[in-house]
Amino acid sequence: MAIYQKHIECMPRQEIKKLQSERLVWQVKRMYENVELFRQRMDEKGLKPEDIKGVEDLSKLPFSYKQDLRDYYPYGLFAVPMKEIKRVHASSGTTGKQIVVGYTQKDLEMWADCMARQISATGGDENSFVQISYGYGLFTGGLGAHDGATRIGATVIPTSSGNTQRQIQTMVDFGSTILCCTPSYAMYLGEAIEEMGVKDKLKLKAGIFGAEPWTEDMRAAIEEKLGIKAYDVYGLSEIMGPGVSYECEEQKGMHVNEDMFIPEIIDPDTGEVLPEGESGELVFTTITKEGFPLIRYRTRDICSLNYEQCKCGRTFVRMNKPTGRSDDMLIIRGVNVFPSQIEEVLLRIGGDVTPNYQIIVGRENNTDTLDVQVEMSDKIFADDVKSIELVERKIKDQIRSVLGLGAKVTLVAPKTIQRSEGKAKRVIDTRKLH
Amino acid sequence: MLIKQVSVFLENKSGKLSEIISILGENHIDISALSMADTADYGVLRLIVDNPEKAEKVLKQQEIIVKVTNVIGVAINDGPGDLAKILKILKDNSLSVEYMYACVGKIENSALVVMKNNDPEKALDILSKEHVPTFDVKDIYRV
Ligand SMILES: [Zn+2]
Repeated sequence: MAIYQKHIECMPRQEIKKLQSERLVWQVKRMYENVELFRQRMDEKGLKPEDIKGVEDLSKLPFSYKQDLRDYYPYGLFAVPMKEIKRVHASSGTTGKQIVVGYTQKDLEMWADCMARQISATGGDENSFVQISYGYGLFTGGLGAHDGATRIGATVIPTSSGNTQRQIQTMVDFGSTILCCTPSYAMYLGEAIEEMGVKDKLKLKAGIFGAEPWTEDMRAAIEEKLGIKAYDVYGLSEIMGPGVSYECEEQKGMHVNEDMFIPEIIDPDTGEVLPEGESGELVFTTITKEGFPLIRYRTRDICSLNYEQCKCGRTFVRMNKPTGRSDDMLIIRGVNVFPSQIEEVLLRIGGDVTPNYQIIVGRENNTDTLDVQVEMSDKIFADDVKSIELVERKIKDQIRSVLGLGAKVTLVAPKTIQRSEGKAKRVIDTRKLH
Repeated sequence: MLIKQVSVFLENKSGKLSEIISILGENHIDISALSMADTADYGVLRLIVDNPEKAEKVLKQQEIIVKVTNVIGVAINDGPGDLAKILKILKDNSLSVEYMYACVGKIENSALVVMKNNDPEKALDILSKEHVPTFDVKDIYRV
């Protein structure tokens, strides 16, 4: 498979480090001048831009968090005047209020390079027909993949998401060779293709799937159903969008575009950088981004980095597929519970229920107990006990159907859930005390 | 006349009730009646005050959950069967009583009852047509 920018993607490690150092120094300086929140946090630590001389000083810098994007919504963290911002994207995330990111022309070019590297690594070039079945719009998936496919000179088929029958008809008639979408949609397409019995009419060779977690089992199923090689792509809109890291034909981890992003793995509890190869929270620093740069952004994704030279020839470090979030899994009465599942339940119940919750796990008579406290909001509050109990019942029923676990649900007064550094403490596990 | 009742969400933590009462006191808001509905985990405190708008505002500033709802005040004759008669009038007009509580006031020979109905305006209308006396905040003694 061709390497799109060999001089960068296969750069010797020392040169990568040198390039990162130069770019980091530049970024810290301009952010200190232009981003109020960053300047405040530097000042709190008693740091001046001159204190940062290279990547070896990275760990001195303050972290940034998703909550920052909400606090400074919509444009408060941009580092250039709005006339330089050529596009914005937004994502609702899993916790309600949307976040906004902005790109300068140069940022858009760099992003296109990221995705072009990915498409090239899957065998794509100007002879490819790239069908983009990610949603187009504020979501970064559609336009991100689109710009990358355009950059590489492929024929772009911008189907966007939805209408499965027509997606498949287009795939057959237009001769799509590369498919970009979410892995769950790829599965769905694969099943529909089987039903329609058109697998042998497909010209598909590769698929680039991202924007949600998926397993190796799912990869095998997609590869089988679509008759392709399925590649994993990682990205998050806060950092860029799809293409922050990308898989090569080895399919053994995703190469991080280190000329633009510096990854670190930290202990999510202490914030300490972990030794090479250890698993922890992935943190990114964007060193080329002009419009909306971030320093040491806490992704909450848990993974590890592999600095071994890859067989494909690329020297960029590889990250493995994130195994979960840092606010991670609990085992309650033998059932795996992710706090984000509770969050989803609350969000799905709808507008009036706040996703401000806390999970308290304890143990009574050798049985785990699960208490879910949810902050009351003005909207839910009616002046009778019955309607409060009704809301509690609804949450309880939903938790039971999603997790298969009984929980005690209590509505509590607003702002009573403990917060640290602006982030709510989601889980209290008192079992650990015994 | 409709009475604006101030309902407050209370977590059953000791001190929470007195906190609310003192916030109102500090802001010179007089309480005329109060009632508390509670479960093991929380309560709903219902208050009749002289300035419900101000009460709502000052409590909200303290991030306390407040809701102002319309209730009616019914003066019940100090005689047998009067409450039953009133409830029947309401029922015959498909009005339900969600809850009620008593307070002390200036109307002679009557017990004063604050009542929450599914449709307070209609309830008020019908009771006045049936010559059932109703009362207003100023008719209630301060607590
Ligand atoms: Zn590789």
